[in-house]
Amino acid sequence: MKKIGGAVMVTVLGILALIVVFPIFFAVTGAITSQWELEEYLSPVLGNADGMAGWSLLPRAPSLRSLVGILMDSPQFFAMFWNSLKITLCVLAGQVIVGIPAAWGLARFQFPGRGLVLMLYIVLMLMPFQVLMFPEYLVLNDLGLLDTHAAVILPAVFSTFPVFIMYRFFEAIPEAILEAARMDGAGNFQIFLRIGLPLGAPGVMSSVILNFLDSWNMIEQPMTFLKTKALWPLSLFLPEIGLEEAGTGFAAAILMLLPALLLFLSGQEYLEQGIAAAALKE
Amino acid sequence: MRSGKKRRRKRRKELAGVIFLLPDFLGVICFALLPMMKVVERSFQSAVTAQWVGLKNYKGVLENTAFRLAVGNTLKFTAVCLPLLILLSLALAVLVQKLRFGRSLLKSAFLLPMAVPAASVVLVWKVLFHSNGLINGLLAYVGLPRVAWMTSDAAFWVLVISYLWKNLGYDMVLWMAGLAGISTEIYEAAKVDGAGEWKCFTKITLPNLMPSLYTISVLSFLNSFKVFREAWLVAGDYPHQSMYLLQHLYNNWFRELSFDKISAASVLTSAVVFVMILLLKRAWDTEA
Repeated sequence: MKKIGGAVMVTVLGILALIVVFPIFFAVTGAITSQWELEEYLSPVLGNADGMAGWSLLPRAPSLRSLVGILMDSPQFFAMFWNSLKITLCVLAGQVIVGIPAAWGLARFQFPGRGLVLMLYIVLMLMPFQVLMFPEYLVLNDLGLLDTHAAVILPAVFSTFPVFIMYRFFEAIPEAILEAARMDGAGNFQIFLRIGLPLGAPGVMSSVILNFLDSWNMIEQPMTFLKTKALWPLSLFLPEIGLEEAGTGFAAAILMLLPALLLFLSGQEYLEQGIAAAALKE
Repeated sequence: MRSGKKRRRKRRKELAGVIFLLPDFLGVICFALLPMMKVVERSFQSAVTAQWVGLKNYKGVLENTAFRLAVGNTLKFTAVCLPLLILLSLALAVLVQKLRFGRSLLKSAFLLPMAVPAASVVLVWKVLFHSNGLINGLLAYVGLPRVAWMTSDAAFWVLVISYLWKNLGYDMVLWMAGLAGISTEIYEAAKVDGAGEWKCFTKITLPNLMPSLYTISVLSFLNSFKVFREAWLVAGDYPHQSMYLLQHLYNNWFRELSFDKISAASVLTSAVVFVMILLLKRAWDTEA
C-alpha cells in the first residue's frame, strides 16, 4: 500500500516537473526546427489559417539554420549580446570589488552605527525597482549618465543584495579562527585576505550566481535609462522579434538562455545556499 | 595605562571596519539614500516649477483612476498568488524531501525557471496563450471552451501562472531549508510513540515551520513586484486592464514626465514596503 502511494507521488511530482520544464524544452525545440515547419505549426497563431497551433515534441526536420543564421549574419544580435555581457560583467566586478570588503566590515567588526547600516542595507535590498526607479533617475540625470551603460551598471554595483548575501556567509566564520590569526600577529587586512576570503568563498559564489541571473535578465532598468537602441541588452531586443520570425526568435532566445543555464547547472548548490542565506536567520 | 592601550586597540578595530565598509556605503548613499530623500522632497512640489504644494500630489495620486486600478490589481494579484504559491511550494518541499531517489533531479527541474531570462520565453508564452494557441488547443481537445487569455480578464491568470512558474522552485528551496532545520530525533521519537505520517506532519513539521512561513511570505510578496517583466514582455506598455500593474503606471507617468505624481506614488509604495520589512525584521528578531 505504502509502495503504491509512493509510486503515485513520484509520478505526480514527475509530471509537474515536466510541466515546469516544458516552456524551456519548447524554446529549445523551436530553435532547432526549420522555419517552414514552424510556420506550419504556428499559422493559426499568425492569422494565416484556422484551427489551432500545433507542436511536435521533436521536429520532423531538425535544422540548425536559424541558429547558424543568427550566429553568422546577424551583427545586431552580436551587438546586443555584447551589451548584455558587458553590463553583467561590469556589475559583477563592481559588486565583488566594493561589496566583499563591505560585507566583511559589517560581519566582523563592531563600530557605532553598524546596526543602523545593516538595517538600511536590508531595507534597500528588499525595495522593488518601482520604488528606486525615480530616485535613480534623478542621480543619473544629475551626473549626466542617462543613456549610457553606466546608468544601468552603477546602481546595480551599489545594490545592497550582494553585500547582504556575503555578509551572512562571513558572519558564520567562527571567531576562534580569526582570533588565532590575530595572536600570530596578522593585521586586519591580512586576516581578510588570508582567512576571510577563502572561508567566505561559497558566499561570494552564491552572490555572483544570483546576481549574474539578475543582471543578465535585467529589463526595467535598461528600459528606463537607455534610449539609444544600440546600447540595449538582449533582454530588450528579444521581445522585438515577433512570431513571424519564430525561428530567429527561438534561436536568439536559446543563445540568451545558454550562459544562464550553464551557470545554473554548474553552480546550483551555491544558488540554493544563496537563496537560503538571504532568507533564513538561524 | 593598560586600559588606554586596550581602548586604542578597540578604536583601531572600529576604524578598520569602517574602512572596509566605506567605499560601498558611499555608493549606496549617492545612488540610493540621497536621491530617495530628494524624491520625498519633490513629492511635495509641483512638477515643473518646484513650488511647494503640500499634499496636493498625494491627493492627486490617490484620486487617480489608473493608480487605483494598478493598486487594486497588485493587491488582488498578491491575495491570489501568495497563498497558492506558499501552499504549493510547501507541499512540494515536503514531498520532494521524502523521496529516496530523484530528489536532486526534481529540485533542479523546479528551480530551473529561476535561471531562465524572462525574455527567452516570451515567444513560448505568446504561442501558449494566443487565442489560437497551444493551451486553447488543449482545452478544445478535451472539449472545454476557449479562453481569450490576452484580451479578457483571463490575462490576470497569465500573470498568476507566470509568477507561480518562476517562483515555485525558489520558495521550495526556502521551505527545504526550514525542513532541514528540524531534527530527525523528534520524528523518530514520534514514530516510536506510534504517530503516523500525517500526524507527524501536523504536529511536528508544521509548528516547526511557522517561523519560516513569515519570512517566505514577505519575500514572495516582494518578488511579486517582479512579475511586471512577464506582463510587459507578453503584452507591452498598455496591456489588458486586468494585468495593469504599478510598474506600467510608473513607466507611463515617467514617459509623460509627471514627476510630481511619480514622486508621491514612490513615497507611498516605499512606505508600504517599509512597513512589510519592519514586520519581517521583527519576525527575524523574535526567531533568533
